[in-house]
Amino acid sequence: MNDELKHLSGKVAKGLMTRREFVGRAAALGVTAAVAHSMLSSSAAADGHATPKRGGMLKIGSSGGESTNTQDPALTASEVPLNNLRCWGETLVEVSPTGEIEYRMAESVEASADAQTWAFKIRKGIPFSNGKDMTPEDVLMTMQRHSNEDSQSGALGIMKGIANMKVDGDNFIVELDTPNADLPFLLGDYHLMIQPNGGMDDPAAGIGTGPYTIEIDEPGVRHAFKRRDDYWDSENRGWADEVEQLVLNDATARTAALQSGQVHAINRVDPKVAALLDRAPNLSVQSASGRGHYVFIMHIDTAPFDNNELRLALKYAINRQEMVDKILRGYGSIGNDMPINASYPLFDDTIPQREFDIAKAAEHYKKSGHDGSPIILRVADGAFPGAVDAAALFQQSAQAAGIPLEIKREPNDGYWSEVWNVQPFCASYWGGRPVQDQMYSTVYLSTADWNDTRWKRPDFDNMLNAAKSELDSAKRKEIYSQMGRMLRDEGGLILPMFNDFVSGVANNLGGWITDPNGGMMNNKAAIKCWVMDA
Amino acid sequence: MHPIFKLIAQRVALGIMLLFAASVLIFGGTMMLPGDVAQQILGQSATPENLANLRESMGLNDPPVARYFQWLGGFLQGDLGTALTNGRDIAESLGSRLGNTLFLAFWAAVISVPLAIFLGLLAVRYKDRWPDKLISAVTLTTISIPEFMIGYVLIYWISIKAGWFSSVAIINDSMSLGAKLNAIAIPVMVLTLVVLAHMMRMTRAAILNVMQSAYIETAELKGMGMLKIIAKHAFPNAIAPIVNVVMLNLAYLVVGVVVVEVVFAYPGMGQYLVDHVAKRDVPVVQACGLIFAAVYIGLNLIADIVAILANPRLRHPK
Repeated sequence: MNDELKHLSGKVAKGLMTRREFVGRAAALGVTAAVAHSMLSSSAAADGHATPKRGGMLKIGSSGGESTNTQDPALTASEVPLNNLRCWGETLVEVSPTGEIEYRMAESVEASADAQTWAFKIRKGIPFSNGKDMTPEDVLMTMQRHSNEDSQSGALGIMKGIANMKVDGDNFIVELDTPNADLPFLLGDYHLMIQPNGGMDDPAAGIGTGPYTIEIDEPGVRHAFKRRDDYWDSENRGWADEVEQLVLNDATARTAALQSGQVHAINRVDPKVAALLDRAPNLSVQSASGRGHYVFIMHIDTAPFDNNELRLALKYAINRQEMVDKILRGYGSIGNDMPINASYPLFDDTIPQREFDIAKAAEHYKKSGHDGSPIILRVADGAFPGAVDAAALFQQSAQAAGIPLEIKREPNDGYWSEVWNVQPFCASYWGGRPVQDQMYSTVYLSTADWNDTRWKRPDFDNMLNAAKSELDSAKRKEIYSQMGRMLRDEGGLILPMFNDFVSGVANNLGGWITDPNGGMMNNKAAIKCWVMDA
Repeated sequence: MHPIFKLIAQRVALGIMLLFAASVLIFGGTMMLPGDVAQQILGQSATPENLANLRESMGLNDPPVARYFQWLGGFLQGDLGTALTNGRDIAESLGSRLGNTLFLAFWAAVISVPLAIFLGLLAVRYKDRWPDKLISAVTLTTISIPEFMIGYVLIYWISIKAGWFSSVAIINDSMSLGAKLNAIAIPVMVLTLVVLAHMMRMTRAAILNVMQSAYIETAELKGMGMLKIIAKHAFPNAIAPIVNVVMLNLAYLVVGVVVVEVVFAYPGMGQYLVDHVAKRDVPVVQACGLIFAAVYIGLNLIADIVAILANPRLRHPK
């Protein structure tokens, strides 16, 4: 096998390339498909990236941890605590890397014909780490803790449409106010870890049904876990004997720890250094294109952004490709002023891409009749990585179209409480959601708490509700397409780019796959990967 | 009573009053920051309902003055309370963080203080010749480079290229002293390089100042060696300013090393404080702020007392 093919087959074994892509590349090098396939299986077997190995200590270095972190799933909002939750807890269902529902605590789901009543059949004989078996009552209590009137949970917003919940034998039943064909995706939210008695007694105890138990819990420093012998799904998860997560918030500290072999994987590799880091011999940089996006958002009920001509002028005046090249260094893709991209199911790829067009921007600006007073864009470094630079690029291209954009720099501290969703024009980001309905319901429904563009359109709401109860996916796709076009042409969001999740992975870590749902394999790297030289 | 004890008692009482004033300032300062702890925890996923519930459970709806006195009451009984954000006992978490901070500061001081004084003496001995110039040039260079930069450079060469020491300085109680020292080796080097110049320059200046005196000339005329003159006659008379600057640098090693902590992921007080300020976790900010203030006040007190003891004129006032 020549070096090129060896390199490519190694990539397949690590999940960086699909088999189909490999056979295509091999054909280009003059190898028949049959030979290419046999090469692959021998390479994967010899390489060890494909065969799970038990034992050892798996270490990850993560940003997004503070000494204020707790193990309470309701109050989890950043990556380190999220990695912790995945170690000790599990949800009813999960969204798989290919965007399907993967059953965890539920073994099956059935919906009524109108998609308004849902029955989750709960698995039997799955022990919590305190020895007790998980029951449908525990599921019910968990969901209640996140949705009752005392709820402090970050998942409260997505639990709103639930009218009633109950237990019926082995089933956990959810009745909705309005039909929703995507309910299982909502209940796969990471906050909703099933806890004994719903965590009502001690929410931060870290007792769940996951593969690991907490050994050491030092918020903002490190978290160590030990594998449980009685884990129910040990054939698929929880390979390492121990997992250790080090909190490394400094980007250079993270890459140094990976390069010197002190950790097996790190999250959030800075795009600026990703290409350089990838050249290091003992590791690779892995990127997963996902649904997360960086945005500039306007309140469409506030002057001057209540004028659609001005909004269009700003949308045409942004150079998307330049932002992907300079801010994301190619680790991302261009946006189209709607929060949906090809990573979502039922995406309509015929919606035309909005191009950078100075002439059109100038024309719309003229039509808007804006008085020429400065348009203030508020940014902070914390709005998204590179936000200040992106705003400067935007300012430059807007100036070329004669739009007087002025940047006002805000402190990171307090940005989410004082600027975002308060000021009429600012930079922000969204992590994306597994399905279109959830993304639109979270941010673009008239009644959404997080409606950060003040997009309040009854016709849009009606379409969203129609799509929720529509079980014919062709019709649903058509509705979503119209909604996307509406937002793109009239909405208050300027969406220049979708960002990739960029991670650094040591060569001796096996089982890495690309997962568009989140960084670090949707925070499941520690439970799904294995240490090859354990 | 001896006037020195009286002086110490006065200073301690004044220090306690200063601490009270500091606690009021810190509390007022955190109140003035935008947003509260509930908002900071929920961030982008805040809704009016979960915000209200969280505020209620954390007691944020009480008026600020009542909350301050509630905190003060607990504090005076030795109860630092629990962190609002994660419900942990502050005394316990703070204790281990403070221990780590003091551990790093101790080893940095053990190396840097004698080294700085020795280099200072050496610079005086070879004043205006190449050793003096070399010492000045090197120490002034390292103090001028930002500490994170020195940290990155040392990590690259010592940890990644040579593989001698770890780039991650996370230590814990189950590690042996040797393992801990190995983990903090690079941060100690960085801190030493950062504080060296200040103390070295002050030692050099203070001794040179004394060297102009007539009694040094006398000693020289008696035929004493240069190093002996510096050690026996000049140094004791220059000790007050040197102790002052040493104490300032020790205080820096305890309260000012947050950048180094971040670069090496060291679990000290600095990062702990910054995290809780960002989340507006007032009880923790209060506790940390008071400890930092106490360290500053305490070290300055020591510097004053040493200065008095070192000076016979102050030791025996008429």
